[in-house]
Amino acid sequence: MKSLVELKELKEKVQIDLEKTEKKILVCGGTGCVSSGCKEVQEALSSELAANDLEDEYKIVETGCHGFCEKGPLVIVYPEEVFYCKVSPEDTKELVEEQLLKEEVVEKLLYQDPVSKESISSYRDIAFYSAQQQTALANCGHIDPEDIEEYIATGGYEALGKAVTEMEAQEVIDEVKEAGLRGRGGGGFPTGLKWQFTRDAENDTKYIICNADEGDPGAFMDRSILEGDPHKVLEGMIIAGYAIGADKGYIYVRAEYPLAVKRLKKAISQARERGLLGENLFGTDFDFDLHIKAGAGAFVCGEETALIASIEGKRGMPQSRPPYPSQEGLWGKPTNVNNVETYSNISTIITNGADEFSSVGTEDSKGTKVFALAGKINNTGLVEVPMGITMKEIIYDIGGGIPNDKEFKAVQIGGPSGGCLPEEKLDLPIDYDSLTDAGAMMGSGGLVVMDEGTCMVDIARFFLDFTVSESCGKCTPCSEGTQRMLEILERITQGKGKEEDLDELENLGKTITDTSLCGLGKTASNPVLSTLNYFRDEYEAHVNDRTCPAGACKPLIEYHVTDDCSGCTKCVDECPADVISGEKKEKHAIDRTECTKCGVCIDVCPFDAIIKK
Amino acid sequence: MKVIIDGKDVELQEQKTILKVAEEIGIEIPTLCHHDGLSSYGSCRLCIVEITNNGNTEIDTACTRSVEDGMEIKTATERLTEERKLIAELLLAQAPESEKLKASLSKLGVQESRFEAREDSDCIVCGRCVRACKEEVGAGAITFVGRGYKTKVDTPFSINSDVCIGCTACAEVCPTGAITVEDEEAMRYIRYFNTELELAECAECGKYINPKRMIEKLKKEDFAYYPEENFELCEACRRNKEMNKFADKFLEAK
Repeated sequence: MKSLVELKELKEKVQIDLEKTEKKILVCGGTGCVSSGCKEVQEALSSELAANDLEDEYKIVETGCHGFCEKGPLVIVYPEEVFYCKVSPEDTKELVEEQLLKEEVVEKLLYQDPVSKESISSYRDIAFYSAQQQTALANCGHIDPEDIEEYIATGGYEALGKAVTEMEAQEVIDEVKEAGLRGRGGGGFPTGLKWQFTRDAENDTKYIICNADEGDPGAFMDRSILEGDPHKVLEGMIIAGYAIGADKGYIYVRAEYPLAVKRLKKAISQARERGLLGENLFGTDFDFDLHIKAGAGAFVCGEETALIASIEGKRGMPQSRPPYPSQEGLWGKPTNVNNVETYSNISTIITNGADEFSSVGTEDSKGTKVFALAGKINNTGLVEVPMGITMKEIIYDIGGGIPNDKEFKAVQIGGPSGGCLPEEKLDLPIDYDSLTDAGAMMGSGGLVVMDEGTCMVDIARFFLDFTVSESCGKCTPCSEGTQRMLEILERITQGKGKEEDLDELENLGKTITDTSLCGLGKTASNPVLSTLNYFRDEYEAHVNDRTCPAGACKPLIEYHVTDDCSGCTKCVDECPADVISGEKKEKHAIDRTECTKCGVCIDVCPFDAIIKK
Repeated sequence: MKVIIDGKDVELQEQKTILKVAEEIGIEIPTLCHHDGLSSYGSCRLCIVEITNNGNTEIDTACTRSVEDGMEIKTATERLTEERKLIAELLLAQAPESEKLKASLSKLGVQESRFEAREDSDCIVCGRCVRACKEEVGAGAITFVGRGYKTKVDTPFSINSDVCIGCTACAEVCPTGAITVEDEEAMRYIRYFNTELELAECAECGKYINPKRMIEKLKKEDFAYYPEENFELCEACRRNKEMNKFADKFLEAK
């Protein structure tokens, strides 16, 4: 690419080409839809198009994640923009015949509003989408991520062209500073300031790193961006390279994200072919190239110093900071490390300006944030919302609330490093500082919703179990301390807790937070400390009364048949352990000595006559 | 550069770690993974101090953190003492049998641990041996294996190391005595690392001296001032030889 004019000419040409093929079928190819069978749907669509001689008229485009994973596989038919969900290969015949040939909407495949029961044909009118505001995800699910021209047609790489041809490096940094962008990987450090430190560090060689080592259970934001719009990440990184004076960058991405790796590789090679990576970008003397480093799956490698050690070929173990990577990073050189979502916001800031970016959000947290909604929530999926939105809006308006008429109990934000927030915190406007004050943290954006059936002691145990096995083993408080906390939690969930255990948990938690070497250890106790803070009564019930109020800790519960039993024998037939006895029309009985507490009887009982207590 | 440590004003010309500065003015901060001859590592966390600078207070390790102008450092607040004790008990539970460790931790007033003892080995994963082997010996025969509390130090695949030179530096720097070295006849055994090495015989008296692999490595290093054949001798024979040389020279001059 020799100049910005050349890029704009290419954009116009591509836009005209794309308009010619305005008849197209977008099939979501995000990981969620892949697991619900979109590949088969795509194949079936192809053969249906062929069978109806439509293959030249309609183009099938496999996009990245469209967000509404719960309703996948998703298919959108253009130009009408009809949104179909839960499409199966068997549905494709009807879809092609009705929608494409007769131009009639296939009612049964439309999204149905759970409250009004109304069928909605445009995704824009669905609450899950309408309450969102997308920047980082703007192109995800709308363009073919494997085609650089589609990205260019959306204005892609214009921000880079503008930065390198019209702006001084310092101006780029000033713009990012003014926008108020903070690191989206969890720490929330001001991005512009980080860039400034790296730029100011004296050295001829500097590096840019993209942290794509997303490892929190339940988080898939970065994965979806990499799979759905890889060029946006690349563009952000190249701009960062120009701003700080680096000519080389690394993307550290989990090897467990094969699709993301494949699309990144393709994106890098396409960008090289177009002269958007390489030497003399836009005819200037700025050179920049990118390399991919696949991580071997250690959660701790998301910590920047461990990540750098891993790129250098060493064991992924963190080092004390300072010195920060911006002073001494990769191979001892000043290095700027940002996360995927952070880089995805850069091109928008450069194109639209800092003012527009910072008009969204709260006083100290600007812009939007991507969250991955998971757990006990109706609309599992990927959402992007303005900072300052309340948790309630995310869970109820966008997420559609809790399934099966169950009560909301808590939401874990920030994954294993975050904390559990109870119902009374649902009105909290979400930003970096308010979450930290509440004992949780923004983290990378995983939101795991829990209902009344979730035991908070058990959930703390679950997250801590994850951290214990992911601790690198270097410092004593993290490697030894978290294991000792886990031993206590295991004891409590097995009904063997001691009175002094709760104080000991708090004691250990505080010391681990204070004295651990890296962020993993410093935040490892958060799930335990936050649940102890907000749900202490549940802990006390386990320890003092040997009961689990949520009915989740098996050693603490027993199954009982109530007088509501009509003697239908359904549970007798279904019990896998064969421990329920009883004649027809007589109250049944459970042999509790042999009962495995699997819960099948509760699920099958039509009269809700079996309870846990 | 001016800093305050435990109320004492200190003026410095060059960058040093907090640990070093404290030591110079006679303030003792407990350490375990730290070793003057090795790089700073910061894993045991016993040397934590409270640092206040620009209005922020944080806890960091004195062995890894360099002093910065304006820092006010406290080395023994109540909070630090309590947290150190807890960390010491976590360490002690890892090596309950180690007298060496007990002796170092008794200075912190810790004699026993509230946590259940872990019996597998006396290693506390402080990494001194790993650093000594890599940084000082240049062999890199051992490293960390596994994750979390199951992390241990071992040779690759836990088998007889083919790069260990048997110098015993690892055992020398170990603060718990977890690594032991035994010479039996013509062999040196470092059983903790499943490693055994053949010993060389003294070229003069035939007594077993250093491992053959160690002698080979030393010969390759640049010891211009040191006669190569001396590597093949035991200490007594080496001394004899040097004394004789000296005597010959002395007589010749006369």
